[in-house]
Amino acid sequence: MAKPSDYIINAAPSDPLEIPALKPGAMAGCKPFVAKPEVQAALGLPGTLVENWQAKAIEKMGDLLNSSRSLQVAMDSCMKCGACTDKCHFFLGTGDPKNMPVARQDLMRSVYRRYFTVTGKYFPWLVGARDLTEDVLDEWYTYFHQCSQCRRCSVYCPIGIDTSEVSMAARDIMASVGRGQKYSNEIIGKGLKTGNNLGLPLAAIRSTLDSLEEDLRADTGVDIAMPLDAKGSDIMLVVPSADLFAEPHIQGLIGYAKVFHQSGLSWTLSSYASEAANFALFTGSHDHMREMARRIREAALDLGVKRIVFGECGHAWRVAYNFLDTLAGPFDFLDQDHPIPQHICEFTHALIERGQLRFDKSQNDAYRLTYHDSCNVARGSRMGDKPGGQFEIPRALLRASCNHFFDMAPETIGEHTLCCGGGGGLLGDDLMELRAKGAQPRMRALKNVAVEHGVTHMAAICAICKSQFGSVLPAYGFKRDAILSVHQLVGNAIVLDGSIQARALQKAAR
Amino acid sequence: MVSTLYAALFYVAASVLMIGLAARLRRYASIPVPLLIPTTPAPTTRLGVAARLAREVVLFESLFKANTWTWVFGWMFHAALLVVAMRHVRYVTQPVWGWVVLVQPYGIAAGFALVAGLVGLWARRILVPRIRYISAPSDHLMLALLVGLGGSGLLMTYVAHTDIVALKGFTLGLLRLEIRPLPADPLLLLHLALVIVLMLIFPFSKLLHGPGLFFSPTRTQVDNPRQRRYRPQSAARPLPLGRTE
Repeated sequence: MAKPSDYIINAAPSDPLEIPALKPGAMAGCKPFVAKPEVQAALGLPGTLVENWQAKAIEKMGDLLNSSRSLQVAMDSCMKCGACTDKCHFFLGTGDPKNMPVARQDLMRSVYRRYFTVTGKYFPWLVGARDLTEDVLDEWYTYFHQCSQCRRCSVYCPIGIDTSEVSMAARDIMASVGRGQKYSNEIIGKGLKTGNNLGLPLAAIRSTLDSLEEDLRADTGVDIAMPLDAKGSDIMLVVPSADLFAEPHIQGLIGYAKVFHQSGLSWTLSSYASEAANFALFTGSHDHMREMARRIREAALDLGVKRIVFGECGHAWRVAYNFLDTLAGPFDFLDQDHPIPQHICEFTHALIERGQLRFDKSQNDAYRLTYHDSCNVARGSRMGDKPGGQFEIPRALLRASCNHFFDMAPETIGEHTLCCGGGGGLLGDDLMELRAKGAQPRMRALKNVAVEHGVTHMAAICAICKSQFGSVLPAYGFKRDAILSVHQLVGNAIVLDGSIQARALQKAAR
Repeated sequence: MVSTLYAALFYVAASVLMIGLAARLRRYASIPVPLLIPTTPAPTTRLGVAARLAREVVLFESLFKANTWTWVFGWMFHAALLVVAMRHVRYVTQPVWGWVVLVQPYGIAAGFALVAGLVGLWARRILVPRIRYISAPSDHLMLALLVGLGGSGLLMTYVAHTDIVALKGFTLGLLRLEIRPLPADPLLLLHLALVIVLMLIFPFSKLLHGPGLFFSPTRTQVDNPRQRRYRPQSAARPLPLGRTE
């Protein structure tokens, strides 16, 4: 398998948003593995391309146009103004013009015009309409899997067209005629079967938590519980399954546990709903998305909890914040005095505001930090009471727990943030070239603060961001472990009552 | 003869525009939005959403974030179009309303701004490789149509005046369902023919971007899922798509 560094040309300080020259076809050969028949079958999808796939695909497109206003408006309303053309990190990183958002939409719009509009039927050459041929299908498969559904383009579109809505629809159509994507569909299959995307069995989760409890006792001298399926707890915590085994994700889990411990509230993970990340968001299948969401509701009911809190995971939070209630609600059985659902950053932030957490910031002095706004948190959700809380609250946590924090250039953070390059179901090794190149704008922005402020590490609140950066950072001259969890930093600095750290601080003060 | 032809074409074009547009808007309104997908940060109240849409319509806020030159030319064109359209109200009202008289002097300047904006946009479409790449023949033709409209209008104002009194007789006649003589002036006939074409293609072209904004969920939805459970509109059957077989 190719390494990310095989694809990287330039790691010197430079403009993160530099517009490349057009390189038609540059990424035409980069496509993910197709889902095997048994993977498709597990999701109730045809195993291979069905015989009358073209008619079926057009029929499915008609269904989606009738059930998704955003898709219909996107197909009709683009005036080709070009506002989005330089906004996609995959275009900035590859120069392939089909990675310009409007050109990506046009892959579907051209087919829409041919089959669903008068002008496209009679004057296809005039409006760029084309038949849905096997070549077009291949092109769809290639380029709709070079969209990480980060919604950056939707910020700049004067009509608010969201390319992620189009790529979700295209993937949904392709999967429905037997051309599903291996990575996402395998993961959804595991999630539906075992409750988490990795297919971790209960025993594996429990043993991980046991060893974490032991480590924490040794580190802090405090008994910090890592409960699983503990009925009657105050809070059910739903985390991306990567938090249960991957670095630096698991450091975030330790941070959550410390915060919960100090809050005095009881909490638990659920083995039935042991996954926050809902990959059906990527494939556009509302049925699968609803099924994963339903597991969370069932688990909360079964465990009798009063609140649901989500761990650090970008797409999970978008689904949780915006979709969960619609898909699996109402959640009237939970305590209505708290946000439903709540983000772990909001939970921690509230404790800080109330003065319930004490920090020893010097514990993080080894880090000079910046913060990467994860795309689906930034542009697809909110934290706190006010718009933009999703930017302020994680930063407030970092400022509370670290002495050295520096933001990257304003045009690369907040609502303008750049995708890590691995979102939207593109995190497989089969797309390593795309991932490495797509990370370029973010890596350049990071490089610039590294040079300017001596930044050494970047924190994030998304499992995909953490994994993706762990893979591609070395290609840009950074250490693999330069990516951290926000709650890792919170956890490092937090001073638990009665802990070894608290006693040491007391001693030093005397 | 020409008068009758143009009068007939105007009635047809007006019908196509109104019926076509109404059908399109009814269809948009009838399609559900299954999930809450505002592009955030988004307003948390309906009033806030109204303000967001107003900023998009009046200031082109998102486009301003995206690209300065496209914003300059695009905004200039649309603002000028509004003023020019207001000025043209004088050709269909008698007596002419007071505010139309007030707009009159600005209307002339706006005519030049309109064409300048279009030329700027067209230049970008030709000269910027990214935008050239995404342009279909129809995108150039649309600009040609609008430049033709603005150019013929300016020529009639400054170079070859038409019999404006007779024209107004014709337009007022149209409103009363009477066919009165239209000056057979080539520039005027061209100008009116382009108006008719514009009306005819409006409901079937990218000119739908105007109404589209008001149906674009990323801009029109309120960011309040934790305050109010979002339930998509009851599964009313969407109006026919007009799929062509």
